[in-house]
Amino acid sequence: MSETASLNMQDIPQGQLPEHIELQRARVFCKADAPVHTEDVEYSGAYAAVGFDNSLQVDDFRRDFRVEIKNLSMDDIEFDMIGIDASLANAFRRILIAEVPTMAIEKVLIVNNTSVMADEILSHRLGLLPIEADPRLFDFLSENDTPNERNTIVFKMEVHCKKRGPRLTVKSDQLKWLPNGSELLMESPNPSTKPRSFTSFSCSQASLPQISGRPIGMKHLDIIITQLGPGQSIELEAHAVKGTGKVHAKWSPVGTTWYRMLPEVKLLKEVRGNDAEKLVKKCPRKVFDVEDVGHAMKKAVVSRPRDCTLCRECISGAGEENIALRRVRDHFIFTVESTGALPAEVLFTEAVKILEEKCERVISELS
Amino acid sequence: MEHGSLTDSKNSTFCLMDEDHTLANSVRFLLNKDPRVEFCGYSIPHPSENKVNIRVQTTGDSAKDVLKESFQDLIFLCQHVRSTFEKSVADFKSTQSRQEMNGA
Repeated sequence: MSETASLNMQDIPQGQLPEHIELQRARVFCKADAPVHTEDVEYSGAYAAVGFDNSLQVDDFRRDFRVEIKNLSMDDIEFDMIGIDASLANAFRRILIAEVPTMAIEKVLIVNNTSVMADEILSHRLGLLPIEADPRLFDFLSENDTPNERNTIVFKMEVHCKKRGPRLTVKSDQLKWLPNGSELLMESPNPSTKPRSFTSFSCSQASLPQISGRPIGMKHLDIIITQLGPGQSIELEAHAVKGTGKVHAKWSPVGTTWYRMLPEVKLLKEVRGNDAEKLVKKCPRKVFDVEDVGHAMKKAVVSRPRDCTLCRECISGAGEENIALRRVRDHFIFTVESTGALPAEVLFTEAVKILEEKCERVISELS
Repeated sequence: MEHGSLTDSKNSTFCLMDEDHTLANSVRFLLNKDPRVEFCGYSIPHPSENKVNIRVQTTGDSAKDVLKESFQDLIFLCQHVRSTFEKSVADFKSTQSRQEMNGA
C-alpha cells in the first residue's frame, strides 16, 4: 500500500520549492510602502512537506561560498561575500567593530598644561589618535601587570608657544615615541632607593625583532590636537595599551564597517518609448539605460543594479507594477574601513579568527 | 554553564558567560539548520549582564552534543571563509600588480 502525503500535488515537483516560495526564500522584496518577506526561514524542516531540505551541510557551504574582491587599497576593502547567512556576516561586522584589538592611548601623565584646553579633554583627544603599531605584537595589560615593553607604548609631547609670537597649532606629529619607556620618575616614599619610572622596560622596543623594521608612530601626522597661545606650553607623556572597541571606541580598528545585500532590479514588463525615458530620468542613481531596439523604438534596460539604493523612486507613482526591487538574501557587499593599525584585509581575517576562538572556548567549556 | 533537567538530556538551556548576539545568533542559525533540532532560540536576560541563554530542544539526541557539533560546524565555516577570503585577496593583489606592470 503506498502512502500519499496530503500535500503531494502532481504539479509541484518533489525536492524543489515552487517558484514563488523559492523567490521568497532567496530574496527580500522591496515594495513601494515597505519591504516584505524580510525574515529568513531558518528551520531545517520548514519545507519538509514539499520534500525540500532546508538544512545546512558544511560541504554544500564549501562548494557554494564565494568571495569576490571589488576594491582594495591601503586602508579600505570592498568585497562581495556570496552564499553566507546574515547571522554570520553580522557576527563578522560586530567583531570587527567591537572585538578586534588595537593600541590606543589610555593613560596620560601631564607634567605641565597651561593651554586653554583642560587636561581631561586633551587626554580624550589623545586617546582617539590612531597609532600605527601591530596590536598582535603586544599583550593586554591586566590590572595587576606592570607596564613593560610587551604591553605599553610610550609617547612624549613637549610643545611651547613663543611669547609675543603667533599662535601655535599642535598636531599629532608632536607625539614622539619613546622606545625605552617612560622618562618620568615616580615619587618614592624612601628617598634613598633609586626612583623608578612609570614603566619597567627590560629593553628598548626598537631592538625587539618584530618592531625594529617598522618604527611605531602616529598613523596620521596632521591631526590637530589643540592650539597654544603665546607663552602657553604642554608637557606630557602618553601611554598606549592594547584594548578592544567594546570597552571604548578609541580601540575600534575600523572607522566603520558595513554590509548591504546586493540589490536586484528586474523589469517585469518591457518599458518602451516615452516611459523608458521617464524611468531613466526618475532614478537618481542612474540604474537604468535606454537601448535602441530598431524601428525607432527604445526600451529601458537595467544596467547598474549594484548602484541601486532601493530609494523606491522608480516604483512610486505610475509604472509601479513594471519593476520588481529585491535584495539577494545571501549576497553581501561588505566594506571595511581601517583606521590604519592593520590593513583592512588583515582585520577581516582577524575577525574570523576571533569567532573561531569564541567557539573553541565554548566547546572546551562544554566538554 | 548548563541548566535543564538531569533526566531529560534532549532539552537544555545553556548559559554562556561573556558572550552576546555575535556568537549566540550565529550558533542559533546553525542549530536551526540542524535536522536533529526541534527548537532553538536564545535570549539575553538583562542588557547589562554579559551572558546569553541558549535553548536547545532536539528530537532525541543529547542537546549538549548537538550544540557542541554546531560550534564545531561554525569553526569549519569560519575556517573556510577565512581561506576563501585570503585566496581571493592574494589573487586580487597578483592581478593588480600584473596590471600595474603592464601599464608601466
